[in-house]
Amino acid sequence: MSPWVRIRPALFILALLGIWHFAVVSQQNRILPTPWETVTGIIELMQRGLLIKYIVASLFRVTWGFVGAALLAIPLGLAVGWFRRTEMAFNPLIQILRPISPLAWIPISILWFGVGDVAAIYLIFLASFLPLMMTGINAVGGIPQVYINAGRNFGLSGARLVIRVLYPAVVPQLIIGLRITLGIAWLVVVAAEMIAVNSGLGFLIVDARNAGNRYDLVVAGMVMIGMIGLMLDTLMRSLEKSRALRWGYSED
Amino acid sequence: MTEEKVKTPAAKAVKTKLRATGINKTFKRDGTETSVLENVELEVAQGEFLCLLGPSGCGKSTLLNICAGFLSPTTGTVTIDGEPVTGPDPRRIFVFQERGVFPWLTVEGNIAFGLAKLSKAEQAERIAHYIKMVGLQGFEKAYPQELSGGMKQRLEVARALAVNPDMLFLDEPFGALDSITRLIMRGELLRIWEAERKTIIFVTHDIEEAVQLADRVVVMSARPATIQTIVEIDIEHPRDISSPRYLELRDGIFNEIGLAHKI
Ligand SMILES: Nc1ncnc2c1ncn2[C@@H]1O[C@H](COP(=O)(O)OP(=O)(O)OP(=O)(O)O)[C@@H](O)[C@H]1O
Ligand SMILES: [Mg+2]
Repeated sequence: MSPWVRIRPALFILALLGIWHFAVVSQQNRILPTPWETVTGIIELMQRGLLIKYIVASLFRVTWGFVGAALLAIPLGLAVGWFRRTEMAFNPLIQILRPISPLAWIPISILWFGVGDVAAIYLIFLASFLPLMMTGINAVGGIPQVYINAGRNFGLSGARLVIRVLYPAVVPQLIIGLRITLGIAWLVVVAAEMIAVNSGLGFLIVDARNAGNRYDLVVAGMVMIGMIGLMLDTLMRSLEKSRALRWGYSED
Repeated sequence: MTEEKVKTPAAKAVKTKLRATGINKTFKRDGTETSVLENVELEVAQGEFLCLLGPSGCGKSTLLNICAGFLSPTTGTVTIDGEPVTGPDPRRIFVFQERGVFPWLTVEGNIAFGLAKLSKAEQAERIAHYIKMVGLQGFEKAYPQELSGGMKQRLEVARALAVNPDMLFLDEPFGALDSITRLIMRGELLRIWEAERKTIIFVTHDIEEAVQLADRVVVMSARPATIQTIVEIDIEHPRDISSPRYLELRDGIFNEIGLAHKI
């Protein structure tokens, strides 16, 4: 790789930051922060001990909601998929629930669980549940019949067929579904925290605006949300790349 | 169809391994029924090498799947060793036209798939033996997507042979191989068959392949498939593929299918 190719992305980012900077400073009455003010905002949040606290709070909610949904929805989806492998008609209940944004559940979850962690976790759980269940259903439906036949031919049935054929056959698709759903969960936690709780990165953003229009902290919060989202995605992608699972992604 | 006594060149009357009687198969799709197999009667002798030959789409795979227990016939029954076939069985291994090697297992892992009951040492020995036989040395740790189409076919044949079944259902197992490898694999298959006398039903649409391999060639008509004729190949192995008898049998099948043997 030539040095030019290597530094091109860095130059591109620098250019964007430059445009951001000059766009902000050219305004008459400045409200939005420059990139540097955003950095100082992040530093200020760190010094006040809020940044780590809020990141941990957000990740805590996402983890519980997402893991809980995964543990329930994936086995359920796999089971549903297995028993209706031959039918193409999906459960109409799922089709009605699916277009409802998880955010539409905010009032109801506050009604049930009050303002607090449980309401936010519940929202993430809801947001993750249907996508993960669909992943499970589709993963089973997509197993080529020839693998199942080959497994049965070698005398497998029941649990042993599940462990030795069905499970390995669906894992790659499950991991893709988990990665996409974790992205959704991360979107939802920010929205949930704006309304349902008093901590977390979503709360940080509304709070910074309400308490004195601190738009430097608002943008600092946005930057942190982006970076952590990217980190989560990278983490899931590294799972996809592990050698044992790689077979499902490279088509021959 | 003529009712004939099952014969092989070696023995006059031998034990029947598989008997299919009155097989009909219709598939329903979008409300319309298509008849794929019509009144198929088939007897396969113990240790026989039988080829099913017919044009693409006539129902060879369907018939093979019915014999192996993966599909049930609309009417009719299949018995193997006198017992009705109700499902697949590890004593009879199917090599699938759609390539049934498991992409999540290595070459070794695929061959070991049916060997769980053996000790580790025995497994290793079998794996090595069959990898050598199908010429996949050096690819023991490779995953199927790192193999060519023909290598995958050879791998699946190795996986089937490794469990030492007494019957093999082979659905165009050498279809993706180049003509040289195909000849080698035919030779290997014949060698194994002569040594172990497994009963083999081999589906192909290659007339030459059928005449080179089979004791009898079952010629199927276009859909809905019936058995058009059964040709006995009374040539000893190794077969001289330029001998007059070979050419006579081959051209007889060409004529039977309605192809003049000229381009
Ligand atoms: N599950 C199914 N549902 C509906 N129709 C089917 C099904 N399986 C096979 N058929 C039809 O049955 C016919 C025979 O199919 P089959 O796979 O047995 O052919 P074949 O002789 O093996 O052909 P080829 O040599 O191309 O493999 C085809 O016309 C196919 O469309
Ligand atoms: Mg076929």
